[in-house]
Amino acid sequence: MGKKREIDDRFKRFGTVSFTSTTKVNDFISHLDEGKVAGTKCKDCGAVFFPPRADCYKCLTSDMEWFDVSGTGKLVSYSKLEYAPVGFEGDLPYCIALLDYGDYKVFGRLAGDLTPEGVEVGMEMKTVVNTLPNGQVNYVFEKA
Amino acid sequence: MGKVGIIGVGQSAFVRGYPGSIRELAFEGFKEAMLDAQISTREIDASIICSAPEYDKQRSPAGVFAEYLGLTPQPTFYLESLCSSSSTGLKVAYSLIKSGLHDVVAVVGFQKMSEISSAESQERMGRGADIQWESPFGTMMPAYYAMYANAHMAKYGTTPDDLARIRVKAATYGQINDKAVYRKPVTFDMFSDPESPMSGPVASPLRVGDCCANADGSSCVLVAGEEKAKALSKKPVWILGIGAASATVNLAGRDLFTGLTVGQEAGEQAYKMAGVTPKDIDVAEVHDCFTIAELMAYENLGFAKPGEGKDLIGNKETYKEGSIPVNVDGGLLSKGHPIGATGGSQLRTIVLQLRGEAGEMQVTDPEIGLVHNIGGVGLYGNVTILGR
Repeated sequence: MGKKREIDDRFKRFGTVSFTSTTKVNDFISHLDEGKVAGTKCKDCGAVFFPPRADCYKCLTSDMEWFDVSGTGKLVSYSKLEYAPVGFEGDLPYCIALLDYGDYKVFGRLAGDLTPEGVEVGMEMKTVVNTLPNGQVNYVFEKA
Repeated sequence: MGKVGIIGVGQSAFVRGYPGSIRELAFEGFKEAMLDAQISTREIDASIICSAPEYDKQRSPAGVFAEYLGLTPQPTFYLESLCSSSSTGLKVAYSLIKSGLHDVVAVVGFQKMSEISSAESQERMGRGADIQWESPFGTMMPAYYAMYANAHMAKYGTTPDDLARIRVKAATYGQINDKAVYRKPVTFDMFSDPESPMSGPVASPLRVGDCCANADGSSCVLVAGEEKAKALSKKPVWILGIGAASATVNLAGRDLFTGLTVGQEAGEQAYKMAGVTPKDIDVAEVHDCFTIAELMAYENLGFAKPGEGKDLIGNKETYKEGSIPVNVDGGLLSKGHPIGATGGSQLRTIVLQLRGEAGEMQVTDPEIGLVHNIGGVGLYGNVTILGR
């Protein structure tokens, strides 16, 4: 009998409740721990992906490198939730949102102190790493 | 190649808390369709059972239903595309018949949403989106559609009042549809009345009144090849066009946020196949899971130009007496939205309209009707065009 195989389940730390534990892009979580939000770029064709992918469907290779989501993106849309799915009740109210960085878009949440009254579609925002009270990690959007 | 027709349609009443098991629920829609078609189970060559998974304890409901509906030993299988499952079922039935494999196929849709709580249901529905990258942020269907609403409002000046008008229309017809789960009137003023449940916030800018009602229900559409349809039925309704499309599940992969590309693409395919244009449509059922979804459907299907959906509802053009009646059975908003049963129920409404049998909801002498059925947040799109 060999040693028990270690399972890399870093992804279970993503967000308030993660529904995934193992993925080939688990390094995404380590990048978050280092304060970086990262996507992947195909070394063959140069296609950039956010959310990050382990595999490029364009050239069918898995030769990817990480890049940092940096600079600012435009707020595409948002919504403030007054009612939450099971497991997220303690976060209410919160706003989900989408930023457009040009080459890619990022789906996430507005920073906790932002409300719909304080933002508008088209405004420049930045993506920053956020640690949740229960030790989970995600990222949020702040005004640029 | 001959045509393919619908020879029988049925649905259960859409209700809260159906007092029976899922096989008994499915029987209700099936029975109505069989009585409508006046055929025996021996005439049915295959069945397709459609629903969104994870609401039931029963795995693989197809076999259970085939037994309960008397459809063994004919082949049966389960099919899902979330809220558009039974429209996808119709497309597959069409293909099975066109290929010559079968002559008559039963498409049975069902959902017993009351098996789980409303919050659990939101969580299940939310997991019809991207569970790896979006669900950990606490997403749910109303909030995704609310993002489309905010984008539409920012670009075109659409307002919450425009959306409320769509719900008022739905309730106008929900009151006269004895299959509808929500039979009460909804007035415009309720949306600004803090005492009214309609005004309660869900996900800004959508309020309770902007959201469809969860329900339990079943539907059944009996589909047949031309020769068989003419032999079995005095009043077949023909499938003139079918279109279907998909989009990225993660919103980050999309470019359009003021409409659903799957609705546009499925619509274009269906119009082309049927050889008709939006102006030719006499009556339509569109996927109004939320008020904004109906408004976007007006524009995606070409009933209105982008940004002008608000004028279509503002001028009451989508009422029964208007130029393009839409959801005159109460729609998902008032009739209810038992996920897997919804497409079949929409098809039933249009078939009854084209046969002149829609009772109080009947529009004047329609010849061509359209069904627009979306799965997930614009993840799957299905458009079917029917004619007499």
